[in-house]
Amino acid sequence: MTQNIEKFDVIVVGAGPAGNAAAYTLAKAGKKVLQLERGEYPGSKNVQGAILYADALEKIIPDFRDSAPLERTVIEQRMWVMEDESYVGTTFRSDRFNQMPGNRYTIIRARFDKWFSEQVQKAGALVICEMTVIALLRDESGKVIGVEVDRDDGKIYAETVILADGVNSLVASRAGLREDIKPAAVALAVKETIFLPKETVEARFNLKGSEGVVIEMLGSISQGMAGTAFLYTNKDSISLGIGCMLSDMKAQNTTPAELLEKLKQHPSVAPLIAGGETREYAAHLIPEGGYHALPELYGEGWLLVGDSAGFVNAVHREGSNLAMTSGRLAAETLLELGEKGLPSTAANLARYKARLEDSIVLKDLKKYRNIPDTLHSQRQFLSDYPALLNGAAHEFFTVDSRDKATKEKAIFNAFRERRSLLGLLGDAYRLWRATR
Amino acid sequence: MMKVEEKLFQNRYRVDADRPHIRIKDESLCNNGCVSRACTVCCPAGCWSFEEGKIGLITDGCLECGTCRVVCDTHGNVDWNYPRAGFGILFKFG
Ligand SMILES: Cc1cc2nc3c(=O)[nH]c(=O)nc-3n(C[C@H](O)[C@H](O)[C@H](O)COP(=O)(O)OP(=O)(O)OC[C@H]3O[C@@H](n4cnc5c(N)ncnc54)[C@H](O)[C@@H]3O)c2cc1C
Ligand code: SF4
Ligand code: SF4
Repeated sequence: MTQNIEKFDVIVVGAGPAGNAAAYTLAKAGKKVLQLERGEYPGSKNVQGAILYADALEKIIPDFRDSAPLERTVIEQRMWVMEDESYVGTTFRSDRFNQMPGNRYTIIRARFDKWFSEQVQKAGALVICEMTVIALLRDESGKVIGVEVDRDDGKIYAETVILADGVNSLVASRAGLREDIKPAAVALAVKETIFLPKETVEARFNLKGSEGVVIEMLGSISQGMAGTAFLYTNKDSISLGIGCMLSDMKAQNTTPAELLEKLKQHPSVAPLIAGGETREYAAHLIPEGGYHALPELYGEGWLLVGDSAGFVNAVHREGSNLAMTSGRLAAETLLELGEKGLPSTAANLARYKARLEDSIVLKDLKKYRNIPDTLHSQRQFLSDYPALLNGAAHEFFTVDSRDKATKEKAIFNAFRERRSLLGLLGDAYRLWRATR
Repeated sequence: MMKVEEKLFQNRYRVDADRPHIRIKDESLCNNGCVSRACTVCCPAGCWSFEEGKIGLITDGCLECGTCRVVCDTHGNVDWNYPRAGFGILFKFG
């Protein structure tokens, strides 16, 4: 880097889905792009459940299915509301998901990110791994004009810098572009990848070929904390994880590793992973502050995309799709400015936000803007209701000498005892309000 | 119960010997001033400990999640950086 006076059109910091989407779109259109990644290879630092939503990627690489490392096509979705020994659940399984093109796939991020990065390189971007951006460079007016990396004389210049450096986004917060994340706006998730023979996965989940099942769980497994767990089937492994808000985790005594162990031992989960071999244990933060916690998304010479901007829809566990979509929209904004011969000033980059507002990214985050607060202040959704539902099911499905009317009354009374009638009505209203 | 050490044993790391990427700014604050010691509970890799009245931090098994930095919001006592480029956790699956 010593005599580097070369200037790039765009520098992209980070090679996760957000950075890759941006770098790919820009390089494909002929821009001179430099992408920097701190890991040994793209994906070596990244963690996801992981479900890939086809739509977001299709808009960037329409024929991705021909070469992307996809694990299984999701044909069945289960939702479990859990108590210590039981769960009440719903299942949606449809053969229609088998008909091409698939809509949701399970993936393994380390493999997927590597593949995505290969496409970025083929499109013409210069991708350098094992290089960490430590600061932003600015001119006298404060405009961002490049980045500084952890090498001697590591200054690199560009017209625009896209920060796709993920949830911690040290670069953005140290440069004062955004505040550091707060415990109440972020969840910590831990996860294991548990290997089983392909045939065992298929037999346990009633699958053939590349079919896959995903299970989302909530209830007693999070021990009263705001949190959810997941179990996803891969080809010859299972991804099992649990995540809780850090503000809640701070206020109790169970470690994340213990939470995951308890999940593994739950009588409904244990048989599904029995005999499996854990080959990796991972942890990662998820920005779950939602709409109200969003930072400034652009400024003089810079844009935030993906997790570094806080684009995660916690209710639907969508993040990678919002990352890819925001990366693409950032790139398209820069292409538009390029065509019109406009510089990357904050006033011009405002078009990025307009594009986001017109897309799934900000439309969905806006729709669910009150969910994080509702779950923080209304604990009954996390602890009382799962217990009540499971109690009701026990009551209902245990055949004894009591008649059905008596049972129904017992169920109703249980709900009323734990939450007054007004409380129940209020809860229904609050949940409705929060998702409007 | 699988211990956290057993979990970490499955992972691949390139350890940057003697160059910890996370440092405690003021250990006496951890030992005497901090009530929650949230880092010792929340770290998913068990890197933080509090034994015999002393805070301990060994970053070899660190998963680079950033949790210890975020939960120490009251005191801001964690000097947190990424490991040198190429070092640290190398997720095989992620
Ligand atoms: C357990 C878990 C389960 C999830 N499940 C799902 C799911 O099923 N579906 C879904 O859509 N989303 C899911 N998400 C969310 C999803 O993973 C994220 O939203 C997504 O990865 C964000 O992409 P990104 O590119 O913004 O950030 P990241 O994927 O975090 O990428 C950031 C990149 O920047 C690099 N980097 C950081 N700092 C620097 C620096 N200073 N210099 C150079 N490089 C740097 C990092 O190494 C990394 O490669 C899940 C998240 C977790 C943790
Ligand atoms: S939370 Fe912060 S101040 Fe408290 S023990 Fe941990 S590092 Fe020290
Ligand atoms: S970054 Fe995460 S894994 Fe590493 S020491 Fe801090 S809390 Fe533990």
